[in-house]
Amino acid sequence: MKSPQFEYVRPGSLDQALAILAEHGDEAKVIAGGQSLVPTMNMRLAAPSLLVDLNHVPGLTGIELRGKWLRIGALTRHAEMARSPEVARHAPLLARAAPYIAHAAIRNRGTFGGSLATADPASEWPACCLTLGARIHLASRDGTRVVPAEEFFEGVYQTAIEPHELITHVEVPAATDSMLYGFDELTRRKGDYAIVGLAAQARVGAKGPLKLFRRDDRRLHEVRLGFFGVGETPVLAQRAAAALEGKVLDAEAIQAAQAALADDFEPLSDLYTSSEAKAHMARVLLGRVLNALSGDHSA
Amino acid sequence: MSDTTYELNLTVNGERVSRRVSPRLSLADFLREELHLTGTHVGCEQGACGACTVRHNGDQVRACLMYAVQAEGAEIETVEGLTESGELAALQDAFHRNTALQCGFCTPGMLIAAADLLKHNPKPSREQIRAGLSGNYCRCTGYHAIVDAVAEACGNNEEAAE
Ligand SMILES: Cc1cc2nc3c(=O)[nH]c(=O)nc-3n(C[C@H](O)[C@H](O)[C@H](O)COP(=O)(O)OP(=O)(O)OC[C@H]3O[C@@H](n4cnc5c(N)ncnc54)[C@H](O)[C@@H]3O)c2cc1C
Ligand code: FES
Ligand code: FES
Repeated sequence: MKSPQFEYVRPGSLDQALAILAEHGDEAKVIAGGQSLVPTMNMRLAAPSLLVDLNHVPGLTGIELRGKWLRIGALTRHAEMARSPEVARHAPLLARAAPYIAHAAIRNRGTFGGSLATADPASEWPACCLTLGARIHLASRDGTRVVPAEEFFEGVYQTAIEPHELITHVEVPAATDSMLYGFDELTRRKGDYAIVGLAAQARVGAKGPLKLFRRDDRRLHEVRLGFFGVGETPVLAQRAAAALEGKVLDAEAIQAAQAALADDFEPLSDLYTSSEAKAHMARVLLGRVLNALSGDHSA
Repeated sequence: MSDTTYELNLTVNGERVSRRVSPRLSLADFLREELHLTGTHVGCEQGACGACTVRHNGDQVRACLMYAVQAEGAEIETVEGLTESGELAALQDAFHRNTALQCGFCTPGMLIAAADLLKHNPKPSREQIRAGLSGNYCRCTGYHAIVDAVAEACGNNEEAAE
C-alpha cells in the first residue's frame, strides 16, 4: 500500500526542528532513516499529518570519543556503525551487532537513534545499549535531558521520548582492556529480527592498582546479559549474571548461569515460537555467547 | 488535507531532473510513474523484498522506503542507468548464462544488490553471496542459479555443488 497524505518539512537546524515539534505535538513525526516509519505508514498503521525530516539537521551525525564515553549521533546509519574504526575500537559490542541488523540496503538508511526510538523488542541496538549502560540524550525546545538505557525502554514500541522531543545522541562507556563482549542471535533467515538474541559484557580480573599483583586473575565481574526477543523490552538477566560474578568462566560456571536463567524471565511467545522454545534458545545462546566472550574489536 | 506539492531537483542516471511531487509519492513510484523508468520494480512496499533497490548517492537503498521529496539534491541510479553505463554487464551476462532469472521481477534488485556486494567484497564466498543477497526475494529460481551467476561473474571458481 501507499502512505496516506502528509505535509513535509526539512529543517536545517536542531532549533528549527525542535520548534516545529513543539508547535505540532503528536500530529508531527520525525523521519530519520524511514526504515521502520515508512513501512508503518505504507501499511496505514501511522498517519502523521506532518513529517519532519531530520536528514538535513547538522549535529545529529558523527561518532566521537569524549573522555570515557563514545558519543554516537542519533542519525548515524547502521552501515556507518558497522564500518567505523571508532566503534570497533571503543564499542566492540556495537561493531559486532551491526551486521545482524536487517540487510545492506536497509543498513545504508536506518539510523542508530531511529532504532532506539522504535524500540522493537527484537532489535539489536536497544539490547546493546541496555547491556552497555548507555545514556540517551533527548532535546526539546524546553531544554535537554539524559535518560539511562535502563529507564528508556518502557514497552513494545514504547520509550521515554515525549512527542516534542528528539534523540540527539547516545553515549556508551568506552571499552577498556579488561572488558569482554559477546553477541549472537537466532533467526529464521539471515537479516530477520531475532527470535532470541543476547548482548553480553563482563569485566575480567582485578580493578585498579590490584591488577599489577593479580595479572592471572581471570574472574568475571560486572556481568551484564541483555537479552532481546524475550520480553516487551530488552531485559537484563540478573540472576544468570549473579551466577557468574566472581567466577572464572569454565563449564561449571556457564552451566550455573544457564540454570539460573530460568528464574530471570519466562519469554513471551510470538506467532512462531512458544515460550518454552524461546527459553531453550536463550539457554543455548547464553552458553554460546559466554564461550565466545572476548575483548576483540572484531569477531 | 491539502495535497501540497514540493519542488524536487535531483540527478537520475546522470541527468538533472526537476518536478513537483506530492510528499507521499515514494521514490520507486516517482521513478516508475513520473520518469517511466520501470526497471525499478515495486513488490511489498515494506522494505522486505528488495525488488525496488536503487542506488542513492552510490549506496543501495530501498526506493519504496524513501519519499521522492527526500531525494532532493541526490544522485539516483537505477538498473537502466547502470545497464547503459555497462557497470552491470558482467553480472547480466552471468545471469543469462546461468538462467538466474525466470519471470525477472527480482532481477533488477538482485543485480544492484550483487553489484553492491562485489564493490565491498570483490571475491565473496558462496556463503557471503547468499548473505549479501539475503534481503532480495526471488519467487522463481530457488536462488541457486543466482548464486552461481554472481560467483561466476566475480570469477569465484569454488565448487558450484553445495
Ligand atoms: C525488511 C526490514 C528488516 C529489518 N530488520 C531489522 C533487524 O533485524 N533489526 C533491527 O533492529 N531493525 C530492523 N529493521 C528496522 C531498521 O533497523 C530501522 O532502521 C530502525 O528500526 C529505525 O530507524 P530509522 O532511522 O529507519 O527510523 P525511522 O523509520 O525514520 O523512524 C522510526 C521511528 O523513530 C522515530 N525517530 C527516528 N529518529 C528519531 C530521533 N532521533 N529522535 C526521536 N525519534 C526518532 C520516528 O519518529 C519513528 O517513530 C528492519 C527494517 C526493514 C524494512
Ligand atoms: S518494494 Fe521495496 S522492498 Fe519490496
Ligand atoms: S525470477 Fe521471478 S522472482 Fe526472481
